[in-house]
Amino acid sequence: MPSLNINGTPTEFDVPDDMPLLWVLRDVAGLTGTKFGCGVALCGACTIHLDGQAVRSCVTPVSAAAGKKIVTIEAVGNDSVGARVQSAWRQIDVVQCGYCQSGQIMSATALLSANAKPSDADIDNAMSGNICRCGTYGRIKAAIKIAASAPVAPSAAPATPGAAS
Amino acid sequence: MSAPVTVNLARRRALQVGAAVGGGLLIGFDLTGCDAKKSDRKEPPNEKAVGAAATAASGGTAGLAPNAFIRIDREGVVTLIMHKVEMGQGTYTAMPMLMAEELGVDINKVKLEHAPADNNLYSDPLLGGQVTGGSTSVRGAWKPLREAGATARSVLVSAAAQKWGVDAATLQVADGSVRDPAGNRSLGFGALVDDAAKLPVPKTITLKPAGSYQVIGKTHARLDSADKTNGKALFGIDARLPNMAIATVAASPVVGGKLKSADEQKAMAVKGVRQVLKLDNAVAVVADHMWAAKQGLAALAPTWDDGPNAAVSSATIRADMMKASDQPGAVAQSVGDAPKALGEKGRRIDAIYEVPFLAHATMEPMNCTVDLRADGCDLWVGTQVPSLAQGAAAKLTGLPLEKVKVHNFYLGGGFGRRLEVDYVTQAVAFAKQMKGPVKFIWTREEDIQHDMFRPYYVDRLSARLDAKGMPAAWFHRVTGSSIMARFAPGAVKDGVDPDAVEGARELQYTIPEMRVEYVRHEPPVPTAFWRGVGPTHNVFVVESFMDELAAAARLDPMGYRRALLTKSPRMLRVLDLVADKSGWKQPLKPVAGRRVGRGVSMQFAFGSYMAQVAEVSVGADGDVKVHRVVCALDCGQVINPDTVVAQMEGGIVFGLTAALYDQVTFDKGRVMQSNFGDYRLMRMNEAPVVEVHMVASTDDPGGIGEPGTAAVAPALANAVYAATGKRLRKLPLDPAMLKKA
Repeated sequence: MPSLNINGTPTEFDVPDDMPLLWVLRDVAGLTGTKFGCGVALCGACTIHLDGQAVRSCVTPVSAAAGKKIVTIEAVGNDSVGARVQSAWRQIDVVQCGYCQSGQIMSATALLSANAKPSDADIDNAMSGNICRCGTYGRIKAAIKIAASAPVAPSAAPATPGAAS
Repeated sequence: MSAPVTVNLARRRALQVGAAVGGGLLIGFDLTGCDAKKSDRKEPPNEKAVGAAATAASGGTAGLAPNAFIRIDREGVVTLIMHKVEMGQGTYTAMPMLMAEELGVDINKVKLEHAPADNNLYSDPLLGGQVTGGSTSVRGAWKPLREAGATARSVLVSAAAQKWGVDAATLQVADGSVRDPAGNRSLGFGALVDDAAKLPVPKTITLKPAGSYQVIGKTHARLDSADKTNGKALFGIDARLPNMAIATVAASPVVGGKLKSADEQKAMAVKGVRQVLKLDNAVAVVADHMWAAKQGLAALAPTWDDGPNAAVSSATIRADMMKASDQPGAVAQSVGDAPKALGEKGRRIDAIYEVPFLAHATMEPMNCTVDLRADGCDLWVGTQVPSLAQGAAAKLTGLPLEKVKVHNFYLGGGFGRRLEVDYVTQAVAFAKQMKGPVKFIWTREEDIQHDMFRPYYVDRLSARLDAKGMPAAWFHRVTGSSIMARFAPGAVKDGVDPDAVEGARELQYTIPEMRVEYVRHEPPVPTAFWRGVGPTHNVFVVESFMDELAAAARLDPMGYRRALLTKSPRMLRVLDLVADKSGWKQPLKPVAGRRVGRGVSMQFAFGSYMAQVAEVSVGADGDVKVHRVVCALDCGQVINPDTVVAQMEGGIVFGLTAALYDQVTFDKGRVMQSNFGDYRLMRMNEAPVVEVHMVASTDDPGGIGEPGTAAVAPALANAVYAATGKRLRKLPLDPAMLKKA
């Protein structure tokens, strides 16, 4: 019975050890912001943070998440980088259908947390695992640059215990 | 600035003003209007396709019931019932903008509700049903939504005028309030709704003249951005109900195949599995969660009798189609005597083009949640056709239509896939075998392999050039599946499917002798609409072939097209704009070790004029990189400019993805692709820079969801030709054909 720390809240789940985190989040914990796209780590729609690293939750068994901090789209805004990324996304209206955008934002936040001023090539490298069928790539790239250049707002909410910093 | 437009509402029988349940003002209006242009109108889906929905709901009073609603409550909150679905195209922002322009309200304060399934109340004027597709939403709602907004404003102003005993003409409306400048007083809409609800429908209303718009034509932030960036937006797959089970399905891998065996015992032994469901041609495993359902399905290991299509392959489908395309077709267009003119003296050019079956690959896989009870059925599903979904469930369960409720959601991509209700029908059929709510989710593999595909088409073209090298005669025969014959058979006239020849039949070019034919040939696999519909196939063919003619005449492809646009000033203006903005006359920058080229395409489709220029480089191995696409567009009056730009950016990526990478192929009756590894979608590192330039216009709006997708493939193929001298007449472009000799 794995104990998971999701968005700062430790919870016990009665699920098999090999169950992918994606389905624990969606079907058991009821956090539907993380999306199912391919099931085999080809599209990035299910991207979450595990101790601040972007991982594809569809191929990450719960056993690999035990003792680590899981952050999903529902809480990424508690982190100052995540909040900046979300704000940049809204500033230039990145979204279309929106289905892939949780994963895009999680990947972008992980990128900017590790590399505050990414080059175009850095952005391509970090983001090319995330498919957008609506083709919002130009805006995603522009929004990442806006988020990278935005001053860290003093009013930004402090990182929660479960959030990557 | 043009003059205000006075609308006589006596013709609008269905415009109604009344009291809302629980207080407030209700404006009902007729989306089908009275003056929808006949030429724009497509045939309505027939009764068979719509199910009993249309007839049952109309109850013989079609046209009298108002069919879309604006509600204003006593707090002044304005609610607009959305008769269209939001699948990324931005319609949930554009629609309230149309209403707000005339009503005088801040659109950020407008509440939106998904319309329930009702084919009578929420029918599209251009499509004749509750359908979101064909880039029609703004085109259809452009007049009725503004008129409804103006009607609401009119009765609110009249109510205020009566209250204050002043002339209504002296009052002003802004930001949800009526103001009396002389008396220096104002009242919010909420304080006026009950009085306004008692007033008759005004005899006339006045619409703002083009040029004086405050909302229309000015970029407004999408209303769905916040929820789509914080995990709150709900798609069909996110539906959650108490005690809901999760199921995943496997249908026969071959169309027409039947279930042979399944190891139920093994499936039931998987922890969390609750039940195994079987249909003739599919199985489902119902479980506590998707992981158990997937494990259960693997353990179930269904086997199949492949049936009559066991030997179908891409090769057999193509061979049959080639044979069919060699026969005369139904005449879709005939100007002069093209067959005779083709035989006359002059250079003749013949070509065969082919485009493949394509999957839609929406990011949200097909899914449908069903709660079927003895007394009713609820569906939670993202669909472009809520009333078709309702009709399908009613038919299958025997329930009356009004006992089937469709709860619609944001769509995680539509692109035509969610115009079909196969996944709804299947879910309801399974649900008949069990109790309680259950969410059926297709895996990505199931989604790609059991898609209904953009048809394979074979096109034969011939042209004869005159002494100056210009086309004197043009022949084009389209061969392929008729989606309309299934979806809206009434639209097929004299053997011609208007969708299959859209973009081929009505050319903007002036060509003296012209003939376009259509041969219907149905492959043994299901076909369906795909973003850009007919034009996505035909514009590729026509604009590639036009490029061939220009090359044969040794003329500049841009100038060649210009010379043929003698009767289309709007098209010419767009073509000139794309030439200017793309720097057509300047040489391209070289790319080290790669061949560079640029190509042009143009189209009139969905009511919008468009031209594109693509810049590519081709490596020694034949790999194609698209560097830049410049898109010029005249889509009439723009509602939300940034949405238009976004639809071009995204539509172009969508079209390039197909042209560069994708085809669905068959072997032993089975689809050979299964996931994003072998059905590739363009990724960020492959996407070009897209520049969009719009012609300012006050003509009626054109559609914007699909044109970008349709126009880009020929610009790409023409650019590849310019770079390599290789004319590829088949999509997707085959790198092996482009290797450096």
